[in-house]
Amino acid sequence: MNVPVPEVATAGPSNGIAHTLRSASATVSERLRFLEIDTRMLGMLLALVGIWLGFNLLSGGTFLSPRNLWNLSVQSASIAIMATGMVLIIVSRNIDLSVGSMLGFLGYAMAMLQGEWIPKSLGLGLGEPYTWIVTVIFGLLLGTLIGGLQGVVVAYGRVPSFIVTLGGLLVWRGLIFRFAQGQTIAPLDQNFQMLGGGTVGTRVGALGEWGSWILALLLCAGIAYALVTSRRRRRRYGFPVRPMWAEITVGAVAAAVTLSTVWVFNSYPLPVNVANQYAQEHNIPVPPEGLFISTGIAFPVVLMLLVTLVVTFLATRRRFGRYVYAIGGNPDAAALAGINVRRTIMLAFALMGALAAVSAAVQTARLNAAVTNLGVQNELDVISAAVIGGTSFSGGVGTVPGAILGAVVMQSLRSGMVLLLVDSPTQDIVVGLVLVAAVGLDTFVRSGRR
Amino acid sequence: MAVTGSVNAPAAAQRVPLVDMRDIRVSFGGVRAVNGVSIDVYPGECIGLVGGNGAGKTTLMRTLSGARPPDAGEIRVNGQPATIANPHDAQALGIETIYQTLALADNLDAPANVFLGREISAAATLNDAAMESETRKVIGRLNPNFKNFKTPVLRLSGGQRQAVAIARAIEFNARVLIMDEPTAALGPAETSQVHALIRQLKSEGIGIFLVSHDIHDVFDLSDRISVMYHGRLVGTVNKGDVTTDEVLGMIILGKPPTKITRQELAELHG
Repeated sequence: MNVPVPEVATAGPSNGIAHTLRSASATVSERLRFLEIDTRMLGMLLALVGIWLGFNLLSGGTFLSPRNLWNLSVQSASIAIMATGMVLIIVSRNIDLSVGSMLGFLGYAMAMLQGEWIPKSLGLGLGEPYTWIVTVIFGLLLGTLIGGLQGVVVAYGRVPSFIVTLGGLLVWRGLIFRFAQGQTIAPLDQNFQMLGGGTVGTRVGALGEWGSWILALLLCAGIAYALVTSRRRRRRYGFPVRPMWAEITVGAVAAAVTLSTVWVFNSYPLPVNVANQYAQEHNIPVPPEGLFISTGIAFPVVLMLLVTLVVTFLATRRRFGRYVYAIGGNPDAAALAGINVRRTIMLAFALMGALAAVSAAVQTARLNAAVTNLGVQNELDVISAAVIGGTSFSGGVGTVPGAILGAVVMQSLRSGMVLLLVDSPTQDIVVGLVLVAAVGLDTFVRSGRR
Repeated sequence: MAVTGSVNAPAAAQRVPLVDMRDIRVSFGGVRAVNGVSIDVYPGECIGLVGGNGAGKTTLMRTLSGARPPDAGEIRVNGQPATIANPHDAQALGIETIYQTLALADNLDAPANVFLGREISAAATLNDAAMESETRKVIGRLNPNFKNFKTPVLRLSGGQRQAVAIARAIEFNARVLIMDEPTAALGPAETSQVHALIRQLKSEGIGIFLVSHDIHDVFDLSDRISVMYHGRLVGTVNKGDVTTDEVLGMIILGKPPTKITRQELAELHG
């Protein structure tokens, strides 16, 4: 008979605490609403911070060193680039399983183009100034073409995209083996190699100190411009705008993140031998403690930023993106609204092909070679990045920045486990579990909210 | 009691119908879903289109909205022969449709839905502010309490979703409106709002096809009533000339009132 008493005693205060917590979280979410920040995006950022701090602790401070973060950025870039396109594919209720094989095929084609197909007599070929740009344009066109071809079969042939791209996965990989006969194609053009973020002699595939700061300032200016124009536009139509403190907070946080990221990348020096060679070539005296030359933002990361901007623009500011989301939300409604559903889906696949070409350039340039197994299983990483980043398989939901974050989360897990000397099968197990847990958690949170 | 294939409303005797559909046929496989139906609507008029399940009402209306072009038959808009091969063609002719399913992209917000397929662009980018502004105006006419212009329509109530679907139809100066079960999912207050809207649209000279199961709705709002039965048109009657029982008889027995016997009518009530 004593039992109820303590129960009542505990129930009172715990109710009070729950109430306080609830009202506290209400004001926090209210503030967040003012900031117009996606709460799930915020949750992912917090998860990423947790992962980073955890690995940093376990690795004794190595994880958050500029060197590791720089490498992490380069390793994330090629998956992140393709993940932006995969978002649109999955949002439109499709899937592309062929991106890894497309990447291999395109990398191989670009290597063949610069090494063998284009004649030196045209002023092209290895070591010539325009070779890299001709190669990249060729890769983009070919990627758009083969991606678009798969899109045509999906959209106009009405074959499910799972099947079409499963076929693509086999076909493009098979074509590499058929043409390359198992051979590696190397070396590649030196300018082209810069796209991979690697080092050739004293040249480094990165922006360097000043280039990085200039890019950072441009980004900050872009953020400010975007905030001001959107506020002005809403004002002009007499819509409610965010309070000024919220506007300034958003801008300041974004600028701080940009500047500190660049600061980290600039804190990563060129390797000693490269720096010394550079000093020798430029007659710079080497101080006794060694020469510190900033590496800056790697070119693959610059490409990733560029792709993010372009695809985000397509997804949110253009009809194409609006239609992709509408089709994902309700294909029948999209068709009844007069949207050309087939053309839109075909274009999404073509875009995916072009992005696979960008990643192919990054990966072959980094390896300084096209190998037959380039991009194997990349489709799984790309799809995982998009899904961890909040893209829903039921269609209509997903964001490009989310997918970038997803790619960084995945690569952080892998890179951290490498630092901790975790073997590769265990890495796969962890990444697999995280993938399922992330989606499960997200589904749980969302079903609770509705 | 005048009952023929097409009875013109007396006031509209000399005018040209906004839409005149003649001998429309649609087949799915071997099934004749619509079998030679003729129907028309005049400016400011509401046609109630009624019939049992599978009578072909919705299929007939889908040929007019461009969702499913007819296999045979002629559609005249303002007296001119028109080809309606897709929803764009219908919209270009001023024919707007509110589908029973509402046909909303649930993941998009109200302005995106209202302007879906007809977005306002400025400098090659979507002008969301302009679309939101227009949407606020048009939905304000329908439901002054509507506030959620930034949330996906998935999170809205049934009445609010209906308002979005109606806003989409009337935003673009529709001249003919097809409403498929517009009040099926609504509460009493929202239903009366929709009724008021239909009357207002009629007074603006818009022609309305009202597809409904609800015989009271139809008698409330329509000027003429067209009854379909198993893909055929049983007949078109002036509302004032018939009783609800007679229309029910047409729906259930598939015969014009003149051919319905007293006994059959009694059995309907039995």
